[in-house]
Amino acid sequence: MSVRSIAFALAVMTMASLSGSQAASEGFAGLGSAAEGFSVPQPGLLFRFPADHGPHPDFRIEWWYLTANLEAPDGTRYGAQWTLFRSALAPREASGWSSPQLWMGHAAVTTSGDHFVAERISRGGVGQAGVVAEPFSAWIDDWQMKGLAAPGSDQLADLNVTAAAKDFGYELRLSATGPLVPHGDNGYSVKSAKGQASYYYSQPFYAVTGSLALPTGNVAVTGKAWLDREWSSQPLAEDQTGWDWFSLHLDTGEKLMGFRLRDAGEGFTSATWITAEGRPEPLPAGALQIVPVRTAKVAGRRIPVAWNVRIPSRGFDVTTTPLNDQAWMSTSTPYWEGPISFGGNVGGRGYLEMTGY
Amino acid sequence: MTTWTVATALLSHWRRRPLQFGALLSGLALATALWSGVQAINAEARASYTRAAVVLDQNGLANLVSSNGSSVPQSAFVRLRRAGWNVSPVVEGDYRFGTTRLRVIGIEPLTMPAEAQTIDLGNAGDLLSFISPPGTLVVSAGTAEKIRGQTDLALRVSDRMLDGAAFVDIGLAQRLLRRDGELSRIVVAENQRSGLEPLEKLVPTLSVREPNAETDVEHLTESFHLNLTAFGLLAFAVGLFIVYSTIGLAFEQRRPTFRTLRCLGVSLRVLAVLLLAELVLFALAAGAVGVAIGYLVASLLLPGVAATLEGLYGASVPGTLSLRPEWWVSGFAIAVAGTLVSSAQSLLRLTRVPLLAAAQPQTWGRSWQAGRRFQVLAAAALLALSGALLLWAEGLEAGFGVLGCLLLGASLLLPTVLSGFLTVMQRTSSRALVTWFWADARQQLPGLSLALMALLLALAANVGVGTMVSSFRLTFVGWLDQRLAAELYVAARNEGEADRLRTWLATKVESVLPISSVDAEIRGQPMQIFGVVDDPTYRKHWPLIVGLPDVWDRVASGQGVLVNEQFWRRDRLRIGDQLDLASDWKSTVVGVYSDYGNPKGQVIAGINALTSRYPQVSRLRYGLRIQPDQVADLRSRLSDEFGLPPDNVVDQAALKEQSRRIFDRTFLVTGALNIFTLGVAALAMFSSLLTLSEMRLPQLAPVWAMGITRRDLALLELLRTLVLWLVTFIAALPLGLALAWVLLAVVNVEAFGWRLPMHIFPYEWVRLGLVVLAAAVVSVFIPLRRLAGLAPSDLLKVFANER
Repeated sequence: MSVRSIAFALAVMTMASLSGSQAASEGFAGLGSAAEGFSVPQPGLLFRFPADHGPHPDFRIEWWYLTANLEAPDGTRYGAQWTLFRSALAPREASGWSSPQLWMGHAAVTTSGDHFVAERISRGGVGQAGVVAEPFSAWIDDWQMKGLAAPGSDQLADLNVTAAAKDFGYELRLSATGPLVPHGDNGYSVKSAKGQASYYYSQPFYAVTGSLALPTGNVAVTGKAWLDREWSSQPLAEDQTGWDWFSLHLDTGEKLMGFRLRDAGEGFTSATWITAEGRPEPLPAGALQIVPVRTAKVAGRRIPVAWNVRIPSRGFDVTTTPLNDQAWMSTSTPYWEGPISFGGNVGGRGYLEMTGY
Repeated sequence: MTTWTVATALLSHWRRRPLQFGALLSGLALATALWSGVQAINAEARASYTRAAVVLDQNGLANLVSSNGSSVPQSAFVRLRRAGWNVSPVVEGDYRFGTTRLRVIGIEPLTMPAEAQTIDLGNAGDLLSFISPPGTLVVSAGTAEKIRGQTDLALRVSDRMLDGAAFVDIGLAQRLLRRDGELSRIVVAENQRSGLEPLEKLVPTLSVREPNAETDVEHLTESFHLNLTAFGLLAFAVGLFIVYSTIGLAFEQRRPTFRTLRCLGVSLRVLAVLLLAELVLFALAAGAVGVAIGYLVASLLLPGVAATLEGLYGASVPGTLSLRPEWWVSGFAIAVAGTLVSSAQSLLRLTRVPLLAAAQPQTWGRSWQAGRRFQVLAAAALLALSGALLLWAEGLEAGFGVLGCLLLGASLLLPTVLSGFLTVMQRTSSRALVTWFWADARQQLPGLSLALMALLLALAANVGVGTMVSSFRLTFVGWLDQRLAAELYVAARNEGEADRLRTWLATKVESVLPISSVDAEIRGQPMQIFGVVDDPTYRKHWPLIVGLPDVWDRVASGQGVLVNEQFWRRDRLRIGDQLDLASDWKSTVVGVYSDYGNPKGQVIAGINALTSRYPQVSRLRYGLRIQPDQVADLRSRLSDEFGLPPDNVVDQAALKEQSRRIFDRTFLVTGALNIFTLGVAALAMFSSLLTLSEMRLPQLAPVWAMGITRRDLALLELLRTLVLWLVTFIAALPLGLALAWVLLAVVNVEAFGWRLPMHIFPYEWVRLGLVVLAAAVVSVFIPLRRLAGLAPSDLLKVFANER
């Protein structure tokens, strides 16, 4: 028995959306097809907060996904990631070890020369990992994302985020300067032309202060962070092989979320333009165009690390550059996730995630 | 003269004395065989304990256990994880699948550190089904065979798994063992990040059990293996007596050859090296035979040993032996070392005795005489040490020390005692022939004394161990009668059936005695707590050693508990002592009962006291009191009414029979080793007599010349041997009884935790005496026949030359 293999099982299920059709073609847990008793996202639902900050055990997968672009006082740039995945073996919750809910945490810090990664896996039901909507708290082992807001107010408005591993750790204080933003049709985010979809909202307006613990010492940092909340039961179509996902903080104060799900053909793209006030403007499928401009050898494979990202309808045209080409998440199911900067007709920073390579 | 010629000359001695050669090789081979056989058994058992510890107990890692013996709360695990500690929970206990009792080990595969994951749970899908209901049992092929059909759970066979145990998901284990929210221990991974809050702050009620600490099984079985080792050592020592005496004689007999060779110009160095090479060669040859025989002995005994260890300690040891190189090497090493030790004296003397000194066996004898004073001193010192150890030392090793010193001291004293006896006899006899008879016996003593010492050791061990086993058996059988007072024992298959059974039985039997127990840790030791109802059966029959007058009232009212003898002795408990039975349960010791055959401590409490603390305790098993003539009837009605399988309804007689069988099997190995040792001693005697008979012509020839017929001489020889045997046998009796007493009152208490009354079995001595007599007659037979058939010319030659 090995932790790796159960982690793999868990990861395949949780990250089906990341690792794409490898999972689907193996027919693993029937992802991508009918959802075996699990609930399926439906259009027209309105989010109810704070309840929807908490887990949705009747959906197969769910995540609380934070990425932060950080900077030390001397201008050195860093990236930090904190993610909690939930994966259900059955559409229910129970207390004790009989809970079918499994949890997985990923944490990372990226510098221009290093990429630190750690992973945690846990069963639900006993308190080792979980999420409570109010007062908000998401945790796995000693990693925690804790809401500091008073009851009744926006539970995600103020967060304290910690993670620690053998070779790195961080503690970040997050304050939202804008509202929560639903993607797609009021939070119903379509993932393929065949109608696969998820519930998806973000908090892209965090201002961050905190410190990173690195082998070279502690570093005080400030910056911006972006939290994604997404849950679904069958997020991928069978022929989709992976995705390229961007979250961009524009220097203008605007934000852009965009992704492309790759398949044998053109792929399926979707994007949300977010005004500086936090008003989402969902863009139609195909409005976003991305083209690799440079590849790098990462973990024995060639990965496009720099991209040209365009939205012709808005005259948006930038080229992204990674802080570190080797931002490889060597977790149970490996993927690329790292901070980027971009320039073109507008500059800014953001995060890039690429799966299925 | 080439070295080869010299070697041939030296080796020709053995060609002329094939029996002596045979005695040397077989003595060495037997000694090696018993020693390496015992070592093989021990090595196999220890290897399987280690495997069990590593595989089942994650023994390579530190574990957190409860300091006060109660179970570990699951919240402690969560608290540790949330503080960043890399830990994993384990809950374990015994569970019956049908009639098969398995050690169920509940693990949590997601957090179990990789270095502790020794069993392959299969691919990702298998893992998910392991943690999802209904669940999977990971067992050995043998266990799977046993429980197939007894459970709805999926079975997964792993060849690394040990018999009698099952890995299951922790959630399933808590359900099976009725320990929701409880853990047995928490495994601590090696790999921890820095800056963690210390364990003693986070979980002050838990304590760390260091990795590779001695496991329970190892601790419990230690005494058993020490026992075997002691026997192996004894047999080896007895075997070395043969080697020592044979080599000594062979050196003496070859003295003329050495002298001739030296006169022909062979240097002392060449001679010594050749003799040394000869000995090493013999040792290797005999060692090879010995190791082979040892392997055979071990594979014959191992199933019995495995069954004993399983029955007595619940330790799983495979019944088949694997060949371990270290064991081969150690067999050869001990054969060579033993040979060199036994021959060191002879080799040394070769270099010291002047070249042309008269080649007389008396040289050897006289030096022995000189050493006797030293022997007496050494014997006195050893006996004193034995007494001192008995009085002041503690522990099993000390117990064996008492035994060793006693045996060695007594055997060193034997030649002096015999010599004294013969001197007295010689003085009190008036007829010349009788005087000669005793004087000649005394003259023979140096050559025979080692064999007689070996005999004394073997006889004393036989008497001692025989007395111990028989005393134990007598006590055990009597105790079984008390302990198994109920006429019928019945086990329901589930709680629902148990409820119906209780209602149904209420009107049909005199009383129903529930047998309910929980596993607990008391004072840091794993134990069982039994709950008993207030019933005359216990008041009348239960084998109490000490107790307050109203002991049963106190137990029934929940004020007090009984403890078994081993717990009582091990922890030096006293009546009135407080015991922490669980985190919220303290009680007073009000009595002690004997509990033979159980390696662990045990506590008996009132059933109400038990069920109020452990409401979920299993109530499946019951003892039933009925008239003995109704047993068969009730048995068949139980099976008709409830469809209970035969194994679930056991009557008293069958249970007793089973217990006795386990008991007898336990001492089978002891008995076998005992016989082997006696055999080796008889061989020692035989080889000594054989070699002596060849040297005795100079003593016998004058007597023959004075008119005593060869037939009478042979009869006198027989008589003399028998007298020596008899005196040794008589000397062995008190020594054997002393040995038995030490075994019963010291070693048993240390090893098992119970003290047994000593019974004396004179008939067994008579039987042993007869066996010994027969062996004596056989061993003297060949030398005698040779003497009786000796040609007069051979006797005359004694006067013609210097041999």
